[in-house]
Amino acid sequence: MVMNKSRNVFKSLVLAAVMGLTGGLTGLAQAKVVGLEAELQKWSFAGVFGTYDVNQLQRGFQIFQQSCASCHSANLMSFRNLSEEGGPQFSEDQVKALAAEYTIYDPELEDGERQAVPADRWPAPFQTELDARAANSGALPPDFSVLAKARGISQKFPYWAFNYFTGYQEGGPDYIYNLLVNYGEPPADVELPDGQAWNNYLGRGLAMAPPLGDGFISYDGEGVPETLEQYAADVAAFMMWMAEPHLVSRKEMGFRVLTFLFLLAGMMYLVKRKIWANVKH
Amino acid sequence: MSGNSSYNPTGAVEKWFDERLPIIRFSKEHLMDFPTPKNINYWWTFGAVLAFILVVQIITGIVLAMHYVPNSELAFDSVEAIRRDVNYGRIIQATHAVGASMFFAAVYIHIFRGLYYGSYKAPREILWILGVLIFVLMMATAFMGYVLPWGQMSFWAATVITNIFAAIPIIGDPILALLRGGFAVDNATLNRFFSLHYLLPFILAAVVGLHIWALHVPGNNNPVGVEVKSSHDTLPFHPYFTMKDLFVIVVFLIPFSWFVFFAPDILGHPDNYIPADPLLTPPHIVPEWYFLPFYAILRAIDFDMLFISSKLGGVIFFGGSIIVLFFVPWLDGSKVRSGNFRPLFRPFYWLFVLNFLMLTYLGAQVAEGIYVLLSKVGTAYYFAYFLIILPIVSRIETPAPLPASISESVLGKAEASGEKG
Repeated sequence: MVMNKSRNVFKSLVLAAVMGLTGGLTGLAQAKVVGLEAELQKWSFAGVFGTYDVNQLQRGFQIFQQSCASCHSANLMSFRNLSEEGGPQFSEDQVKALAAEYTIYDPELEDGERQAVPADRWPAPFQTELDARAANSGALPPDFSVLAKARGISQKFPYWAFNYFTGYQEGGPDYIYNLLVNYGEPPADVELPDGQAWNNYLGRGLAMAPPLGDGFISYDGEGVPETLEQYAADVAAFMMWMAEPHLVSRKEMGFRVLTFLFLLAGMMYLVKRKIWANVKH
Repeated sequence: MSGNSSYNPTGAVEKWFDERLPIIRFSKEHLMDFPTPKNINYWWTFGAVLAFILVVQIITGIVLAMHYVPNSELAFDSVEAIRRDVNYGRIIQATHAVGASMFFAAVYIHIFRGLYYGSYKAPREILWILGVLIFVLMMATAFMGYVLPWGQMSFWAATVITNIFAAIPIIGDPILALLRGGFAVDNATLNRFFSLHYLLPFILAAVVGLHIWALHVPGNNNPVGVEVKSSHDTLPFHPYFTMKDLFVIVVFLIPFSWFVFFAPDILGHPDNYIPADPLLTPPHIVPEWYFLPFYAILRAIDFDMLFISSKLGGVIFFGGSIIVLFFVPWLDGSKVRSGNFRPLFRPFYWLFVLNFLMLTYLGAQVAEGIYVLLSKVGTAYYFAYFLIILPIVSRIETPAPLPASISESVLGKAEASGEKG
């Protein structure tokens, strides 16, 4: 009887799993038929126990600030976010000093501009979309705020199906990494328009010239290689944090919630069994 | 099935109430004493799961509406602001978004349970029809909700789905303009979708009320499909089924929370993190997973039939795939409810389940090559199941012998008659 009942529960769970699985069949059909297969990276923030590596985020910020931010905006990031828990965790003084280096344009002010404070959003490199396009051979550099979640990689069956159980959410950073390290010469039969650079991962040209290369940026301290691969990983991690700044606290709460639910479910089952003990059904 | 309560008001206040508004009596009758077949299995718990999710969706939705801005310039950033700056906003928003998927997962289980155990048969036709109506309202609500974050997929899903109505002859274009509030999907579309997205769940809740009312007249169907014959066949709803339902709700919350806390974006599409851009069509527009089987049917009709264009044909089949559900109680003429006693029905049923999963898969694929052919086969079987197989099988099938009562099916013949004697 008990065996039978637990088998029923099991069957329900299996069905729920199947529904969930067929559930996510969308999402994976990125239209990337040409180009390279993405090389998946090991991210510190992957998996159920994953958290951001503060040092990596600080390095990633450095790359963002010194390289990306000259063309790309990050309109949803405030300076204050950089000192918040779960992020790059610069000190508040550091952030204050950082903000002071930037100017905020505000037509309602007397002089039309003022020094930035930690509460300000990250100032955009261009005032209008037209300015941005004019400076980038007609292309608009996308905003960085949630870009790491707006990109994904394509996976073959059945690998994507495992994602629902592993919680793989790093398609964005993997895409960014692969894009950054795979610039190269176009194939002989391809003629690129002016202002475009060939990317082997995408299998096409794009308006962004290779933004990083070995030794482009010098890290403080020793021990971290100053290579293209390292830069790409660091900036991709930073972009993931920018897109998902509360990832760590979210997972922490998830552990508490799931632990509670498992315990409660177990106790509920025992109570249910007790109530039904004398009923043949 | 009223009047099965032993309620006796105790004390002056309860008596006073009972003579004026017998709400305590009503609750006792319907929430506690209601006689429920004791053999219903775990598939029957999903009604309670669905009621629970509806409440979760309404509560999280009301909180989200306090922070959301239904304006095409601000909507995308306002959803991000909820995730970033509102206290627990990321949890509330993720619960609402994942909750939609969970709602559909549970409703599909609930519908397929009804189809297997013949829960739509007399005297439960109206119960079933109200259920299909709830399903339609759910789809409308979910679709409009998906548009609100105003990402690329939101915008283009709105464009593609509203465009479906343009295929209707004569009145198609006015309907399209009315839905969009203009000639293209724009701020006016977003505003009316937000308004309706807030309205429809309350209509849905009212229909759920009717659904439960219609359930409490004949009472629950059960896995053997034999009507309740005596009080030996039933147990009071409380504590037996309240406890069982609550247990399953807690179990259901485990995968729900897994998605909310560990993979909140996995059921969505990355493109919806790109703000809507009317000038840039995504290479591959796909709806949310729960619409995929019907989306596959819509796309399967890529050929003209006589004077019906492929576009109108697709819309007819798309609409027909839902409308046909309303008629299931009369298409299946078998007097035997439960699939357990219908040997010929069973293989066709399971094939229908597999076919539905296949259509789900196909809805997410690019419409080319083998996928197009499979979509057509899947669409054909979907309709054949309801319009041909169910009517014919119910006429030619010899069902297995039914037990005399629920008690007999549970206890075996000898013991059941002993209990009665």
